[in-house]
Amino acid sequence: MTAPPTSAATAPLLALRDVRVRIRTARGTITPVDGVSLDVHRGEVLALVGESGCGKSLTALTILRLLEPPARIEAGSSIRFEGTELLALDERALRAVRGRRIAMVFQEPMTALNPVHTAGAQVAEVVRAHERVSRREAMDRAVAMLATVGIPDPAVRATQYPHELSGGMRQRVMLAIALVLDPALLVADEPTTALDVTIQAQLLDLLREAQRARGASMLLITHDLGVVAEMAQRVAVMYAGQVVEEAPVGALFAAPLHPYTEGLLAAMPRAGTVRRELATIPGTVPPPEAWPTACRFADRCPYAWQRCRTEAPPLHDAGDGRRARCHLVEEPARRADRHAPAAAGTA
Amino acid sequence: MSLPVPDTARDAASLRAAPLLEVRNLVKRFPIGGGLLSRPRGAVQAVTDVSFDVARGETLALVGESGCGKTTTGRCILRLVEPTSGTVCFDGTDLGALDARAMRAMRRRMQLVFQDPYASLNPRMTIGAAIREGLVVHRLAEGAAADARVRALLDEVGLRPEWASRYPHEFSGGQRQRVGIARALAVEPEFIVLDEPVSALDVSVQAQVINLLARLQRDRGLTYLFIAHDLGVVEHLATRVAVMYLGRIVELAPTASLFTRPVMPYTQALLSAIPIPDPAAPRDRIVLAGDPPSPASPPSGCVFHPRCPHPARDAACASIVPPLEAKGTGHEAACLKQPPTAVTPAAQRAAGGSHDPVFSLPAAALRSRGASGTGTRAAGLST
Repeated sequence: MTAPPTSAATAPLLALRDVRVRIRTARGTITPVDGVSLDVHRGEVLALVGESGCGKSLTALTILRLLEPPARIEAGSSIRFEGTELLALDERALRAVRGRRIAMVFQEPMTALNPVHTAGAQVAEVVRAHERVSRREAMDRAVAMLATVGIPDPAVRATQYPHELSGGMRQRVMLAIALVLDPALLVADEPTTALDVTIQAQLLDLLREAQRARGASMLLITHDLGVVAEMAQRVAVMYAGQVVEEAPVGALFAAPLHPYTEGLLAAMPRAGTVRRELATIPGTVPPPEAWPTACRFADRCPYAWQRCRTEAPPLHDAGDGRRARCHLVEEPARRADRHAPAAAGTA
Repeated sequence: MSLPVPDTARDAASLRAAPLLEVRNLVKRFPIGGGLLSRPRGAVQAVTDVSFDVARGETLALVGESGCGKTTTGRCILRLVEPTSGTVCFDGTDLGALDARAMRAMRRRMQLVFQDPYASLNPRMTIGAAIREGLVVHRLAEGAAADARVRALLDEVGLRPEWASRYPHEFSGGQRQRVGIARALAVEPEFIVLDEPVSALDVSVQAQVINLLARLQRDRGLTYLFIAHDLGVVEHLATRVAVMYLGRIVELAPTASLFTRPVMPYTQALLSAIPIPDPAAPRDRIVLAGDPPSPASPPSGCVFHPRCPHPARDAACASIVPPLEAKGTGHEAACLKQPPTAVTPAAQRAAGGSHDPVFSLPAAALRSRGASGTGTRAAGLST
C-alpha cells in the first residue's frame, strides 16, 4: 500500500483542522469532537475508525455541516475542501457543494431514502437539483446509474419504492444517489454495517471499484477493522473525541503505536484465538462528561505511568506518515513495562 | 437450586453420551397476510426440516444471514414460537408433549439471552429485581436468600453486587448484557440459547463478554446454542457449527473442519466474504450474485442452486433436495455435487443432471483461516 504524496505541492482534497463540536446539555457542555485534524488526499480512502461514541460520525457530519442544534461547530475549527473554507460558506453556496462535490452514504438506507418516492425519482431528483436537465434526461441518467451500481433490471427497479427493495438493493440506490453527480469526495458512514456478510462483500467491491474508476476520494467511517483492511490506504483511529493514531493501513495493523489501537486489534476473535481467553481492554469508554483531563485512555492503558495522568499527550509525529497521541512515542522504552491498567471495572 | 439428580437407573456413561437436546424435522411456517376476515395469502416457511443434536457441555453455533431461520429455530426450541411440526427433546423429554404448566417448569432449565439487553430489561425495574424475578417465579429462593443469590450472581458476571439497586439505563451496553446473562443464570439452567449476544457490542467490550460466556460454560458445565452471524466470534466460541440458508441446515460440522474445509458452496462463499483484518491478506473472494430468494417462494431442489458457483451445478440441483449427509468425519453437508453422496450419478442424470459430482474447494473459501490477523497469519495459507 503506498500512501499518496503528502508534500505541500499536492494539497489535500479535504483538510480538517482543529475541528471541535460542542453540545449544551442539561448537565453542562460536552465536546464530543475535540480538536480533530485530518487530511484526505485525492484518490485515497481514509478510514476513520473507533467504537460507539468516539465522535467519528459527528466528525463526518461536520464536513457537510449537517449537525443539528444543540450541536455546534466551535469557532476556530476549519474544514477546507478543494481550497474553499466550508465553514465560511453560506447555506446557498454550501448546497452547491453538498451532493455535487461531496456526497454522503449512511448506514441505514431505509431511513435515508424517502419512502414515498420511487428509487429512480430519488436519483433523478439529485441530478435536477444541481443541473438544468429535463425530467426525462434526469431519469435516463438515474437508470444508467442504477445499472452502474449493479442493480439488475434497472428500468424496472427505478419504478419501485424503497420498501419493495432488499436491504442490499436499498444501499445500492443510496450509492447511486451519492455517485450520480461524480463527487470528488464520498463520505460513507458505516455503509455496510446493516448488511449481511455476503451482501457486504458485494457492496465493498462495488464501492472500491466506483471509487477507483472515478478517481474519487473516500472518507470511510467504520467500526469494523476487517472493512478497514479491505478498503483503506490510511487509517485514523478515534477515541473519546480525538484522533489517537493515524497511519498507513499496513503499518497500523502490523505495529500499532497507540495502546488503544493495539488493544482493539488484540480483542478481535479470530482463528488464532480459538478457545482461548481473548485479550480485552478493561473498563469501558468513558462518556464525554467524564473524559480524563490528561491522556483519555490512561485508566484503561496497560502502559500508563505518572506522566499519562498529569500531561495530555499531543498527536506526536512518529515518522513514515504515522502519528500517535501517546507519550510512548517519546519514551518508547516504557513499552516494555506492561502492567495491569488502573481501571478495574467491566464493560 | 438443586440440579436435577441423574436417574440412577441410567448409568453415567450413557447419560453423558445422550445429547441434551435433540431436534428432529423441525418445521415452522408463518402465514402471510390474512386477518380477522381474510384468509392468509400464503406462508413463509421460516424453518424447513431442521434436525440436529446438541451434546452436553458443547456450544453449537447456528449461523446464517438475515431471514435464514436461525432465530426462529432458537425460539421453536424454547417453544416461544410453536413449531408447525417436528419434535424437540430436551434431556429425553419431548417438549411438544408437555402441557403449559410442565413447560413452565422445564423453562427453568432452558434460558434465553437476547441480542439487545436494553429491550429485554424492564426500564422501571432495578437490575436486582429483574434478576430476582426468576428466583421467585420458580420458587428457588426468597427474602434474604434471594438477595444473597442476586449479589452472588452479579459478582459472578463481573458486576458490583451493590449495583443491584440501579436501573438498566445506568449501565453501558456491555454491562446490560452481563445483567441479561445473570438473569438467565439465576434459575440454574443447563442450557442457554444465546441469540446474537455480542452483536450490539463494541469490539473491546465484546471480547469481555465472550470471555465471560466461555468461563461460565466451563465453571457451570453449561450447554449453549449460539445464534450468530459474526463468524469470527463463532470460530472462537463454538464446538460445532450449523450453517443455515433459507430455512434449512446446509452444513453441520466441527468448527475447525467447517472453517478449514467447507463443503457446501454457500458456506464457502460465506467464509470468503468475511472481511479479513489484515491488509496483506489476498483479496480474492467468491462474490455471490444477487440477494437470497424470498422464503415465501424458495427455489426447488437445492435452495442455493440459483446462486451456486459450483462447477458441476446442473439441472439435478434444481429438482432434487440434497440430503444433509456425511462428507467427512462428523462433517455433514447438503450438496449433490460434493462427493461422497448417496444420490448416485445415475439418479442425478435421471433428474436431468449433466455433470458428475466433483469436489470443489476454491482458494477463496480458505481465506477465513487468514483471518488470523496480526501475528498468526502464517498458518500455512496458500496466497
